[in-house]
Amino acid sequence: MLDRKDLLGIQDLSPEEINLILDTAGGFRDVLGRDIKKVPALRGRTTVNLFFEPSTRTRTSFELAAKRLSTDVINFSVPTSSVVKGESLIDTALTVQALGADFIIIRHPSAGVPHLLASKLRAAVINAGDGTNEHPTQALLDAFTIREKKGRISGLNVAIIGDILHSRVAKSNIYSLIKLGAQVRLVGPPTLIPDEIRETGAKIFHSIEAGVRDADVVMMLRIQMERQGKGFFPSTEEYCKNWGLTSRRLSNAREDAIVMHPGPMNRGIEITSEIADGPQSVILDQVTNGLAVRMAVMYLLAGVKK
Amino acid sequence: MNLYIKNGHIVDPSQGIDGTGDIEIADGKITNVFINPDKSEIKNAKCRIIDAAGLYVFPGLVDMHTHLREPGFEYKETIRTGTMAAVRGGFTTVCCMPNTSPVNDNASVTEFIIRKAAQEGSCAVLPIGAITKGQKGVELAEMGTMRNEGCVAFSDDGRPVPDSLIMRRALEYSIAFNAPIISHCEDLALSEGGVMNEGLLSVTMGLRGIPAEAEEIITYRDIALAGLTRGRLHIAHVSTEGSVKLIRNAKAEGINITAETCPHYFSITEDAVAGYNTNARVNPPLRIQRDIEAIKQGLADGTIDVIATDHAPHHVDEKLQEFDRAPSGISGLETALPLSLQLVHEGVLTMSRLVEKMSLTPAGILGIAGGSLKTGRPADIVILDTKKEYMVDPEKFISMGKNTPFGGYVLSGMPVITIAQGRLYEWQ
Repeated sequence: MLDRKDLLGIQDLSPEEINLILDTAGGFRDVLGRDIKKVPALRGRTTVNLFFEPSTRTRTSFELAAKRLSTDVINFSVPTSSVVKGESLIDTALTVQALGADFIIIRHPSAGVPHLLASKLRAAVINAGDGTNEHPTQALLDAFTIREKKGRISGLNVAIIGDILHSRVAKSNIYSLIKLGAQVRLVGPPTLIPDEIRETGAKIFHSIEAGVRDADVVMMLRIQMERQGKGFFPSTEEYCKNWGLTSRRLSNAREDAIVMHPGPMNRGIEITSEIADGPQSVILDQVTNGLAVRMAVMYLLAGVKK
Repeated sequence: MNLYIKNGHIVDPSQGIDGTGDIEIADGKITNVFINPDKSEIKNAKCRIIDAAGLYVFPGLVDMHTHLREPGFEYKETIRTGTMAAVRGGFTTVCCMPNTSPVNDNASVTEFIIRKAAQEGSCAVLPIGAITKGQKGVELAEMGTMRNEGCVAFSDDGRPVPDSLIMRRALEYSIAFNAPIISHCEDLALSEGGVMNEGLLSVTMGLRGIPAEAEEIITYRDIALAGLTRGRLHIAHVSTEGSVKLIRNAKAEGINITAETCPHYFSITEDAVAGYNTNARVNPPLRIQRDIEAIKQGLADGTIDVIATDHAPHHVDEKLQEFDRAPSGISGLETALPLSLQLVHEGVLTMSRLVEKMSLTPAGILGIAGGSLKTGRPADIVILDTKKEYMVDPEKFISMGKNTPFGGYVLSGMPVITIAQGRLYEWQ
């Protein structure tokens, strides 16, 4: 069991805790391969998906993970806009708690919101993405997938390519992969890689050819179109020419390198269809493994008395 | 009010006093200061005698950067509660910033504040008028009229004047009324969306950072404009090493500027923000240890003239929000003196220099009475106990703003008596 009430970020986790989650997820991965994919582990508990940002895949993955563990699931989607002054965050959270939630899966555009809720609520809070801070279950499912495909994480070269600055997926992956002993390279335009991030131990590359050379894992990030014209890069076309993953560029990586993407992909922009659908792609495995990892996280947090 | 303060350690830089002595007060005015008297010279047997043995006695403190929030934001603070908090913190004069609602950009708002303060204030309140109408940075506000009504300085505090030409005109125009222009130095394009200091911590917390350069670029611009216009520029809340250097160089070149910092900028770093502590969200943001050292150096060598509070009370519900939605500001009146006394404990400043930066110098910059215990002056006095330690408990603040990152800090030097406007306030 994890000796903590909440999962707020990878930054707080020890390597042992990460490995415990990955090992536990392995058991649930087996369950998901059976005809009957549901276990009674958390029957009678209530899960609330509290999503302040539109999300299909993460919300669905958590919902299914919660259902596979036999908890009751409520989806509480809150359309927000900084202009619309509605109920305060704390009031919404207290309302959800009053409904009897044991697990609160929170996604919010502001960094730190899971931390605020965790300090105010009895329920286990699981961060499903907070602003540009962290997306810990994505990093855990990525680590699980790498371990599954490569047999290890320690000593691997992992290149993460794209908008590191605004990516909570990249941040959580940097923390987890470094804790697990991988060499992490960050690749992208200087405007999208904060220089301070070197202090985590990751190396920065502005050339994708150099960044993917001899990589064991190439992890692409979604490029957000709204960044163009804001001074981060001049145009999507120019971005693709310099940092898009093509077969020619991927050939610089190790022959057995795997290609990952947290989705949703911009085909033909950060990644070509040829690669996304090719033999090196593990993108759909990531989705399946996400279920197992989220089941493991909920299962392990349920052990803590609240 | 007749009083006799006996055996206190009097520090009054206006007269070069730093020693044990007595102060005689009659009808609310200081009538005599006796240093190292052989025996107390109590003439009026009926007056109250205050035994200040073991205590410090300072001129009442002058805060040239306070947000009293009235009119318009009375749920955060009022002139009544803000001045009570001031007195609790040892301040006998506060200068209130114009970012109220409506903005203090015209004489009728100035008049309202002065009238309300006369009715309900516990200490002197001197308004600071807006530089531009609505603090929008486009058209100059009627500085002359506001000056006549009682404004002592002008500032668009909370915002810079983004347009360099308007800032130039403000520095020129205000010369006619001999009032300083107080500049909030921030390049709004560079700081856009920022909520804390830019650095590793902002990256790992996923929060948008404000680089030190956002402050320094406008600090330099305004110094250049002060040199061009010979206007009177006062730089508000200096938070970075680079700003300290720019101000030091400008003073060396003979440009007529003054500068302030606030206790939080020499007491704590950005680390206080960790855990998404909205009570440590302030603008300019808390910086790093290197900036703290530079600010202390700047205080010690005279580059930074004044310690002001930037008292910015907010309602608890406003701070109990998403970090990037919570408003910036620290409730500072009731911790400023104890935090600043740390500078004396650390040897950065002598007691006399500290008192100067918190009373005499701001009074001088604003051209107001205060900051002195000279005979004939109003008895604005603070008596404090620097030995007694206490733990900061925001819930016990008199200010309506409980927003402080210093809760739980063990400090010393809270006032035990403040005398302001002929009234004596006393605490255990």
